[in-house]
Amino acid sequence: MTDEPSTERLPQGASRIDPKLLEILVCPLTRGPLDYDSARQELVSRSAKLAYPIRDGIPIMLPEEARRLED
Amino acid sequence: MSGAPMLFDRGLGRERLARALRRAGDHGAAFLLRRAADELDDRLGAILRRFETAVDLGGALPYAAAFLAGSPQADRVIRIAPAPEAEDPRWATIVGDEENLPLEPENVDLVVSLLSLQGVNDLPGALVQIRRALRPDGLLLACLVGGATLTELRQAFTQAESEMEGGASPRVFPFADVRDLGALLQRAGFALPVTDTDAFTVRYSDPLALMRDLRAMGATNTLMARRRTPLRRATLIRALEIYAERFSDPDGRIRATFEFIWLSGWAPHESQQKPLRPGSAKARLADALGVREQPTGEKPGEG
Repeated sequence: MTDEPSTERLPQGASRIDPKLLEILVCPLTRGPLDYDSARQELVSRSAKLAYPIRDGIPIMLPEEARRLED
Repeated sequence: MSGAPMLFDRGLGRERLARALRRAGDHGAAFLLRRAADELDDRLGAILRRFETAVDLGGALPYAAAFLAGSPQADRVIRIAPAPEAEDPRWATIVGDEENLPLEPENVDLVVSLLSLQGVNDLPGALVQIRRALRPDGLLLACLVGGATLTELRQAFTQAESEMEGGASPRVFPFADVRDLGALLQRAGFALPVTDTDAFTVRYSDPLALMRDLRAMGATNTLMARRRTPLRRATLIRALEIYAERFSDPDGRIRATFEFIWLSGWAPHESQQKPLRPGSAKARLADALGVREQPTGEKPGEG
């Protein structure tokens, strides 16, 4: 994984996520709300301290695939 | 986390499925999903309702999503895929797990699940989560692989292992029993639960062809209690022999039983039919039957 291609893809990927889809998604572990980080292409669950990746426009809502957030 | 016993290795299941899906063109076993999706057409068609938001939950391939996207009964389709797959403009895809549903409560109107729920560790928990995700009067329509499935394969492995290794270990998934599922639906808070089964036989040229199909489905054993040692070659060969001896047709082709269990239930809503309170009847049963009412304690035929 390098930073170069992902920054190039960002504007495209950001526009592809359906806002209505984001409305009905919650954190699968805590049922808490998710914040959409369009720059990193992640759905952030503050309650679980996890960031779920969005890969090729598809949110991966699996805790084992999520990035752990530092306090 | 719930206290349900961990029967299945979900990570391994997902890995196998992802591997199976990556192998393009290796979709020979998709016929099971196709069969379930065909029946979905009949079953959903019989329900005269439109569903604003419909979810395809957990199917290995997006057959249910494709059906729903083409159906006038569903306005918007969301697919919760078990593993990453290519996006499709006809629906919104997310990757998720039936045991940890990432859905806001009371936000969808229809959940369709084809051949996926038999693999969850905590089925009651998964059903409760689905019911919570549904709006009142929302519908769950699910098809599970039932207990009679692959009975021939199970018997062949058990006999081969006890002959060759002096003991048997679970080589084939345990599947749900239809009698338990109606009660489970009710306990999960579904109204008007209905279950039924559909058993059918598929014929293969030989047992290896069946095994290839199972592998292509990502349906090889993910049981926690499976032997961590690989199946011994001699045992496998013996199992295949037993299978061919005991379960073949006169033309030499072998039989494999599959069973689908269909279940449906509604998220409770005031408009649904409910039993009346005891004692609230407005007409006498005896009048409806046109007979004389027997006081309690009096034996029929007396007096």
